[in-house]
Amino acid sequence: MNDTNKNNTVLRFMTCGSVDDGKSTLIGRLLYDTKTILTDTLSQIEKTSKKKGMTALDLSLITDGLQAEREQGITIDVAYRYFSTGTRKYIIADAPGHEQYTRNMVTAASTAQLAIILIDARKGMLTQTKRHSYLTKLVGIKHIIVAINKMDLVNYNESEYKAICEEYNSFASAIKLNQPEVNIDFIPMSALNGDMIVERGESLNWYKGSTLLETLETIDTLEKTKNTQLRLPVQYVCRPRDSTNEDLHDFRAFMGRIESGLLKVNDKIKVLPSGYESSVKEIRIGEKLISEATYEQSVTVSLNDEIDISRGDMLVQKEDTLEGSKSFTANVCWLSESNLTPNRTYLIMHTTRLSKAKIASINYKININTLEAEQATELQTNDIANINFKLAQPLIIDQYSHNRSTGCFIIIDETTFHTVGAGMIETLE
Amino acid sequence: MKNKLSHLDWLESEAIHIMREVAGQCSNPVLLFSGGKDSLCLLRIAEKAFRPGRFPFPLMHIDTGHNYPEVINFRDKKTQELGERLIVASLEDSMRKGTVVLKTPDEPRNKYQSITLLEAIEENEFDCCIGGARRDEEKARAKERIMSFRDEFGQWDPKNQRPELWNLYNAKVHKGENIRSFPISNWTEMDVWQYIERENLELPSIYFAHERDIVKRNGAIVPITEVTPPTPDEKIENMMVRFRTVGDITCTAPVASSADSIEKIIMETASTVITERGETRLDDQVSEASMEQRKKEGYF
Repeated sequence: MNDTNKNNTVLRFMTCGSVDDGKSTLIGRLLYDTKTILTDTLSQIEKTSKKKGMTALDLSLITDGLQAEREQGITIDVAYRYFSTGTRKYIIADAPGHEQYTRNMVTAASTAQLAIILIDARKGMLTQTKRHSYLTKLVGIKHIIVAINKMDLVNYNESEYKAICEEYNSFASAIKLNQPEVNIDFIPMSALNGDMIVERGESLNWYKGSTLLETLETIDTLEKTKNTQLRLPVQYVCRPRDSTNEDLHDFRAFMGRIESGLLKVNDKIKVLPSGYESSVKEIRIGEKLISEATYEQSVTVSLNDEIDISRGDMLVQKEDTLEGSKSFTANVCWLSESNLTPNRTYLIMHTTRLSKAKIASINYKININTLEAEQATELQTNDIANINFKLAQPLIIDQYSHNRSTGCFIIIDETTFHTVGAGMIETLE
Repeated sequence: MKNKLSHLDWLESEAIHIMREVAGQCSNPVLLFSGGKDSLCLLRIAEKAFRPGRFPFPLMHIDTGHNYPEVINFRDKKTQELGERLIVASLEDSMRKGTVVLKTPDEPRNKYQSITLLEAIEENEFDCCIGGARRDEEKARAKERIMSFRDEFGQWDPKNQRPELWNLYNAKVHKGENIRSFPISNWTEMDVWQYIERENLELPSIYFAHERDIVKRNGAIVPITEVTPPTPDEKIENMMVRFRTVGDITCTAPVASSADSIEKIIMETASTVITERGETRLDDQVSEASMEQRKKEGYF
């Protein structure tokens, strides 16, 4: 809580691993050593540590959330934690790593720019390590830190560390994880003793690289996405219809968050899917007029022509060749307890647009342990599959690998309205 | 490509996006406004999200009847300045109707707010309540969704929450069900104070250091008011204090402080060693899981 800097940038990361890898201890250590944990929380942890008969402070208790979980000793859902250093504000998505919780990992990964994959130095690469790596690739995370933890239990032995790095690298090549745009760092550490997390410690002097925190602080978070074209999905149309104010009588503006690219006053734009063209008259953030806006900014835009625009439409640059699509192929993670059945109709929510969708075919599903493709006629919770969709309404989509925001969607059950699936668009048809 | 947004710009933009999703997806939302600092940030965000138009929702205050007058006056003044509609749902009305029954007349009323809130939701047929809760406030909130689903009884079932991915927020509900939406989920107490400073937001005076009659009870500072009198053997002291949260008088304690400006509050917040709720919410200390319990019962 000692950071008063007003110009931190935001870095969102996730941690993958199970309780056994020391994941909770790692997060606890990060929060503890950056002085994010305050005394009343600490005294509660001390009490609980004693109650459980432990001699040292159990830092893993910091991230233990709900009563149900405390009783079962496992984390069953994604939890979000925060700390701040004076350079960056960090948002941690803490996802449990058990096999049955693939959906939680995908959920956590969806908003993360970076993933920390934990490996127990005694055990080396496990099936779950491969699973976690595959999922970070699937969800398009560009920065991976392989945290080789519990180095204290292998006497801080450098060759053990090197062997794991090597094994990981060959696996990364095999699944084509180590692409030029993906950054993989390895760090040996002991979360329990605090070595190489925030402090370097005394025991890993052979390691010359950065600590975990140094790595987080210096990583380049500007997404090296190939697609810098304007994507502005319209969320809401502002029509004050204020009869007492002459200026507002005919005022009409379109509100939304710029998902990618840049928007300037006078830019020639096109509205999709209608294809109507106009140019930008004014851009506002709140009531302040600005001359240009960039991705991640929520803006209010008015145009020089009166054209029909409503929620669900997308503003793009005039010369953009993008069009609405009524079918595509996507990788889907099934999130629901009830199965995906190909003969049902679902709702797809994509940017601010909603469409009915049918499953044209399930091409294959991925066995998350062997990473091999298998035949499937239905999907169960945590399944990952490649599916062809047919849509009732056109969606303005990009490939997920080009643009995360316009390449992703969620599947909603028409009856319960629950979110039952998450999709990443692979190919447009 | 321009530089990355500062964290305040990023958080603000995210919150505006969430509020506009509520407006775009829900047919009858409401914004819960207590006069407290977090809900004042929400109002500023609503202005940035919807001006020059009107807010697409009214404001609503769940009034326990035990409020600091400074806060109520401020609430009314602020609503008037904004020119938006305020609904006051009164816990004392629920008591008169018999739906809220206190165990003892002086029992803290905070936990009964849920009942009044649920009644107001039903009566007004709200399908979404926008609130200023943050994930950093309390353990049970760390897993809260940005659009949190509540069933017909207003219950929060941690095991039956909708997965939330990317920035796609599913706010679809059936009649009777509702969504609680938390646009500042990802803000910390420090972010809130920095935003208040940056936006130059006016706050109720009790947030700043002032002299107040208090007694010290079980390590907490208890302000002396009509509803919180001292016991005969307690010694009343006059002390410089400020509030870190505002809520029902009976369960909100001030902290000793001489911070009389936002800047000084930020300095104090930076060096503070006790969490906001641990220090000033008398009702969270009852048991380690008390917030989770209250949320399951429909509390915000």
